[in-house]
Amino acid sequence: MSQTAKRLRYVLKRLLQALPIILAIIIVNFFLLHMAEGDAVDVLAGEAGSATPEYMAELRKKFGLDQPLPVQLLVYLKNVITLDLGYSFRHDMPVLDLVLDRFVPTLLLMVSTIILAVGVGIILGLLAATGLNSWRDTLISVFALVTYATPLFWVGLMFIVVFALNLGWFPTSGMENIAMFYEGWDRYWDIAHHLVLPTITLSLFYLALYTRLMRASMLEQAGMDYVTTARAKGLTERRIMFVHVLRNALLPVVTMAGVQVGALIGGSVIVESVFAWPGLGMLAFESLFARDVNLLLGIFLLSAMLVVAVNLIVDIIYSWLDPRIEVE
Amino acid sequence: MRNFWQLYKRNRSAVAGLIILVVVVVVAAIAPILFPQDPFSLAGLAMSPPGENGFLLGSDSLGRDVAAGIAHGAKTSLLIGLLATIVAVGFGTIMGGLAGYFGGKIDDLLMRTTEMFQTIPSFVFAILLVAILKPSINSIVIAIAVVSWPAVARLVRGEFLSLKNREFVQACHTLGMSDIRIMLGEILPNCLSPIIVIGSLMVATAILIESGLAFLGLGDPNIMSWGFQVGAGRTLLRSAWWVVTFPGIAILITVLAINLVGEGLNDALNPRLRERQ
Repeated sequence: MSQTAKRLRYVLKRLLQALPIILAIIIVNFFLLHMAEGDAVDVLAGEAGSATPEYMAELRKKFGLDQPLPVQLLVYLKNVITLDLGYSFRHDMPVLDLVLDRFVPTLLLMVSTIILAVGVGIILGLLAATGLNSWRDTLISVFALVTYATPLFWVGLMFIVVFALNLGWFPTSGMENIAMFYEGWDRYWDIAHHLVLPTITLSLFYLALYTRLMRASMLEQAGMDYVTTARAKGLTERRIMFVHVLRNALLPVVTMAGVQVGALIGGSVIVESVFAWPGLGMLAFESLFARDVNLLLGIFLLSAMLVVAVNLIVDIIYSWLDPRIEVE
Repeated sequence: MRNFWQLYKRNRSAVAGLIILVVVVVVAAIAPILFPQDPFSLAGLAMSPPGENGFLLGSDSLGRDVAAGIAHGAKTSLLIGLLATIVAVGFGTIMGGLAGYFGGKIDDLLMRTTEMFQTIPSFVFAILLVAILKPSINSIVIAIAVVSWPAVARLVRGEFLSLKNREFVQACHTLGMSDIRIMLGEILPNCLSPIIVIGSLMVATAILIESGLAFLGLGDPNIMSWGFQVGAGRTLLRSAWWVVTFPGIAILITVLAINLVGEGLNDALNPRLRERQ
């Protein structure tokens, strides 16, 4: 079988493995929806102000809420598969539209965070590993230790106090200055300007993680046989470090970047609500206040699917990066 | 025990962490004596900067004493962190132990479950659980435990898996010991140290999750907590920086101290790792 066909089969296999997880998440979601106090009809009746019990029973019948639980579950599964995530009565919009609307800002924040955290984390880990047990190593380790223990929401607020309120370098909140009606490059620049503080805040925790991981990974690789071989060949230490060890040390960091996406979404709920960044996290925060469980569940479902998708993509990239991984 | 302390003492930052942690515990314990008033009550002039009008760390827009809030909040953070960890470690140990010891279907089921938990964004799931169960100490503890136990289960499963085929366990089988006695009396004591280490680090994570939940307005409305203080003070960012700053520092220091203690425990309890360094 050709290499391409093998790779395709691998991708299909991983897709099939992801299916039961997605199914399980949908089922968990369904039961959470049922645990919540009151159903859609109660909400509707509450919104309307007055509703007779007969009318509510009729509504329940219409929505299929009088059916036995397994039937309801099947209906729910069918709805989710056809991308019907229910209706947000607070926003008077289908949940899917709301969620998709807020998807792009979150993606923007997450991508820039991953690039910053992985990039700087690799550099810091490299610096710490090459200067093992020097003041540089100690300083970077202390930095990683402290950022690992810092609550994200607090750092975000402190950044706002220092860099937005006192120094005035960055805007305090939002994604763009809508009142200015910027267009083209001016608009992109404006968004980038708003993006700086949220990205740095969200990066900090993961930065600590990647720094530690990169340092450990570099040290592990430095003890391998191929390094001894390279040294015996008479290569310079610099070449050994940056060409031989670095490349191999990068692999675990790439995997970790995929694994951490779930945690990143959790972090973005906090960071987005601190900086009023109009993404999924901010929507989740708003739906908490509005007690809009339907919407919250839709966000949860979408973010879980996002994690599954990212893990799949990372696996595929990984199989390209490291030919030792069995594709079959 | 003496030997353990000798080993622990060698890690100086772990000793520093332990001292800080003891201070936090003492503050939490004597909070009702230091600040006998309800931390939610009006204690004096509103918006006092630190050091003025008798407020050590200032007061917020409702005249609540920030220092009193921090002292009372210490109890909340430690209590929830500890309770959630106990529940998560207990449940995770049972599940992981059963899966590792018996293997087969239980093991399959457990591994699929932990895989699912690794996929779902845990903080979002915790938010969802607290929102649906209504915010209270119980629901917060349950939510944190639900998102934390799979890590313990995986660890314990691995330990049980590697220990169950060792000679001393086989000898127990030959002696006719029951499975439960082997699991509780023979295998579990041998994997206690990694469980203690993961548990201690989990307390730190639990405190961070709790403060995040409280910040988002999902704390128990009847008890003072650091996350609540920061969340309530964020609207005063422009005029009263101290309301947000000090509770955040309290979280940072406590979590840092617990992490240091956890690393110290790891060094002291894991001799193989120490020799390598």
